[in-house]
Amino acid sequence: MIFLFYLLSAVAIFSALMVVFSRSPINSVIFLIVCFLSLAGHYILLNAQFLAIVHIIVYTGAIMVLFLFVIMLLNLNTSVVPRKSSLTRIAAVISGGLLFLVMLAAFKDAALVKPANTFNPSIGLVRQAGMVLYKDFLLPFEITALLFISAMVGAVLLGRKDRNQN
Amino acid sequence: MEKITTAIQLIPLQHYIVLSITLFAIGALGVLLRRNTIIILMCIELMLNSVNLLLTAFSAYHSDPAGQVFVFFIMVVAAAEVAVGLSLIVMMKRNVDSLDINLLSRLKW
Repeated sequence: MIFLFYLLSAVAIFSALMVVFSRSPINSVIFLIVCFLSLAGHYILLNAQFLAIVHIIVYTGAIMVLFLFVIMLLNLNTSVVPRKSSLTRIAAVISGGLLFLVMLAAFKDAALVKPANTFNPSIGLVRQAGMVLYKDFLLPFEITALLFISAMVGAVLLGRKDRNQN
Repeated sequence: MEKITTAIQLIPLQHYIVLSITLFAIGALGVLLRRNTIIILMCIELMLNSVNLLLTAFSAYHSDPAGQVFVFFIMVVAAAEVAVGLSLIVMMKRNVDSLDINLLSRLKW
């Protein structure tokens, strides 16, 4: 099981690096899908089955298809965006590494609080998650519907061709 | 099922913290390093997902289902954000015919 954890982590980190460093956007999207699938494996390892399924459906099923669709629709794969100057790139790598080091140092010796609840392996199952979602978080759950409608209207408004312009 | 629940207790929580920090730093590095707008959006997704993983890990170790519900809401917000962001990218491609983020540098001032 620990071996599985390290395997999934290695796949996740490698594919995340490939997202950043691969040249064409299509390759980046493919590696991001691999990264998200390995994160779904982590969710299963944590026994959060509801989240694992939702993660696969929402991210690899909807969001990544949207990314691929936009890239292919706009034919972005051929348009080469110039790279940043080497000075900016070195500064970016240094500041990214510093962020990593600072957060690692801050959390290395963090004292973990002992769990208040007794260990319950079934909190991630669909039954338990549904009970919490529809009892304690009913109002936020309904408000997300409003958020989705406003996002949809905004996306349609932004993506529409402006008739008055020409 | 039995194996999985023992796995939670075998892996220390610190390992999940280190993994999430690594993924978050890689996402931040991508935002700083790349000029392609669509890859910057993907790196933001990567950072959101590393935080999701950490929330789930803490929720599983502390047996508190509220953390996993938060992750669910973050996923919803991420989906809405991607829809709006991609339509902004389509607009940008239509107006300036490029995805170079430096062309929009006037937005800084």
